[in-house]
Amino acid sequence: MNRIAPTRATRWIIGILVVAFFLVPLASTLLYTVQTPDGSTTLARWAALADPSASAALRPIWIGLTNSLVLALVTVVIVLLLLAPTMILVNLRFPRLKPLFEFVALLPISIPAIVLVVGLAPIYLHIARSIGTGTWTLAFAYGITVLPFAYRSIQASIDAADLKTLAEAARSLGAGWPTVVLRVLAPNLRQGLLAASLISIAVVLGEFTIASLLNRDVFQTAMLVVSKRDPYLPAIFTLLALAFCFVLLLIVGRVGRGSRKAQP
Amino acid sequence: MTLAATSDAGAPPSAGRRRPARSWAWLGLVPFATYVLVFLALPTVLAIASGFLDEGGAFTWSNVAALGDPAVLTAFGNSAWLSALTAVAGAVIGALVCYAMLGLDPAGAVRATVDAASGVLAQFGGVMLAFAFIATMGVQGVVTVFLREGLGIDIYENGTWLYDMPGLVLPYVFFQIPLMVITFMPSLAALKPQWAEANLTLGGTRAGFWLRVGVPILAPSFLAGLLLLFANGFSSYATAAALASQGSQIVPLQIRAALTSETVLGRENLAGALALGMIAVVGVVMWLYSLIQRRAARWQA
Repeated sequence: MNRIAPTRATRWIIGILVVAFFLVPLASTLLYTVQTPDGSTTLARWAALADPSASAALRPIWIGLTNSLVLALVTVVIVLLLLAPTMILVNLRFPRLKPLFEFVALLPISIPAIVLVVGLAPIYLHIARSIGTGTWTLAFAYGITVLPFAYRSIQASIDAADLKTLAEAARSLGAGWPTVVLRVLAPNLRQGLLAASLISIAVVLGEFTIASLLNRDVFQTAMLVVSKRDPYLPAIFTLLALAFCFVLLLIVGRVGRGSRKAQP
Repeated sequence: MTLAATSDAGAPPSAGRRRPARSWAWLGLVPFATYVLVFLALPTVLAIASGFLDEGGAFTWSNVAALGDPAVLTAFGNSAWLSALTAVAGAVIGALVCYAMLGLDPAGAVRATVDAASGVLAQFGGVMLAFAFIATMGVQGVVTVFLREGLGIDIYENGTWLYDMPGLVLPYVFFQIPLMVITFMPSLAALKPQWAEANLTLGGTRAGFWLRVGVPILAPSFLAGLLLLFANGFSSYATAAALASQGSQIVPLQIRAALTSETVLGRENLAGALALGMIAVVGVVMWLYSLIQRRAARWQA
C-alpha cells in the first residue's frame, strides 16, 4: 500500500471539484452551440458546417485552417530536418555542447511570444521583400516557438537509445553516415520524433500571438474575425480544435509510455 | 530557399569520420545555429534595441523614460497582480490535483487523460479559452443566462466585467492550474513511499510526515512552479487579446497598441521599451525559477 497517497475520500472530493471547474466552461460551450435564444435545442449550427449555403461565413475559417495546416507541415519539416539532425550531431560528436544546446533550445520558454514579435516584425518586412508574404514563412518563427517542446521529446528518445554504439556498429558494418542517420538512428528515435511532430502540430494550430500581430490569417485569427459576426461558429471550432489537440496529446502520451515498455 | 539548406543538415556528419585528422563535422551545426541566430537571437536583440532608438535610428532614452508614464506603470501593476493572483490560485489548486493523483498508476487511464488535458489547456488554449468563457459567462452565456433566469442573480449588475481585468482572472486560472499539474507532478511522484514508511516505523504520524519530510522536500518545486506560473501569466497574450478587444489594461495589450497604432503617448518605438520592461520582469522570474529548479531536482534522481 502506498502510504503517502491520499485517502479515497480526499481523492474524490478534489477530483470532483476540479473536474467541475474545468467541465462547466467546456460543457457550457457545447450547450451554447445547440441552444436557441428561446431555450429549445437545435443542431442547425453544427449541420451548417457541411452546408454549402452557409459557406460564406465559414470561408475565413477554412482559409485560416488551411494556412495553419500548411504551417504545421513546414514546422514539422523544420523540426525533423533541422532540429533532429543537429541534436544527433551534438550528441554524437559534440557532447560538450549539450548544456549550451539545451539552454538555447529551452530559451523560448523565457522569451514571451509578444516580445519576440516586436523583433520579428522588422525581420518579416525583409522576408516579405525577398521571399514574399506567403503565410508559410511564419513557420520559421513557429519553429522557434515549438523548439522547447520538440527538444524535450527528441532528447528523451536520444537518452533512451545508445546513439554512439548504434552509430559505431553501423559504421563498422560499412554504412555511410546518411544510412546511419536515416536507417539506423532515426528508427530508434521514432517515438521522440513522432511526439515532437504531434506537439508541433498542436502548438501551430493554437498559435495566435505572432500570426495576429504580423497580420497573417491562420486558424486562430480567423476564429476571432468570424466571432465578430457569428459567436457560435468559433465556439464550435473551439470544441473541435480542443478535442483534436487532446487526441494528439493522448497519442503523444501513449507513444512516450510505449517506448519504455517496448524496449526489453 | 532555407528549406534546401536545412535538408542538408543530416549529411555533413559524413564529412567528419573520413578525415579524422581535421574534422568538418562542425559544419553540420551551421544551419541550425544560423536559424536560431536569425529567428531567436536577432528578434530578441531587435526588440530590446528598438526601445533605445528613435524614429531616425539614433540612440534615445525617451522610450525607456516612457516606462515611467502612469498608463504604462498601471499596466505593469495590473499585469503583476493578475499574474500573482492567478499564479497563487493555479499553484495551490494544481498542487492539490497532483496530490489527488498520487498513487494512481502512471500509465493508467486517469493519469493519461489528465496529462493530455493539461497539455491542451495549458499550452494550446489561448484564444479558444476566451471563446469558451464568452460562451459560458458572456452576456448571453449559458451560465449567465441560467443564473439570471433560473436564480435571479445578475452577475453583470454593475456592468459587464468579463471583457475587463476581473474577467481575465477565471480564464487565466483555467490555464494556470494545468501548467502547475504538468510542472509539479514529477516532483510529487518522486516522493518515495519508503520515506513515509520510515517515518511511521520511527513512530512518526501521517501529519508529521508531511510537516517534516514532504513539505520541506516539495517546497522548492512548489516555489519553482509558482514562479513559472507568474511568468506564464505575465507573458500570455492570446486570451486577453481575444477577451479585451479594446483597451490596454495589461502589458501585452499595451505592446499590441504600440505595434498596431503609429504612436502611443506620442512616442515611436514604445513597443521596444515595453518589450524591454517585460523581458526584465520575466527574465528575473525565470532566472530565479532555474535556480530553485536546480535545487528541487536534487530529490528527483
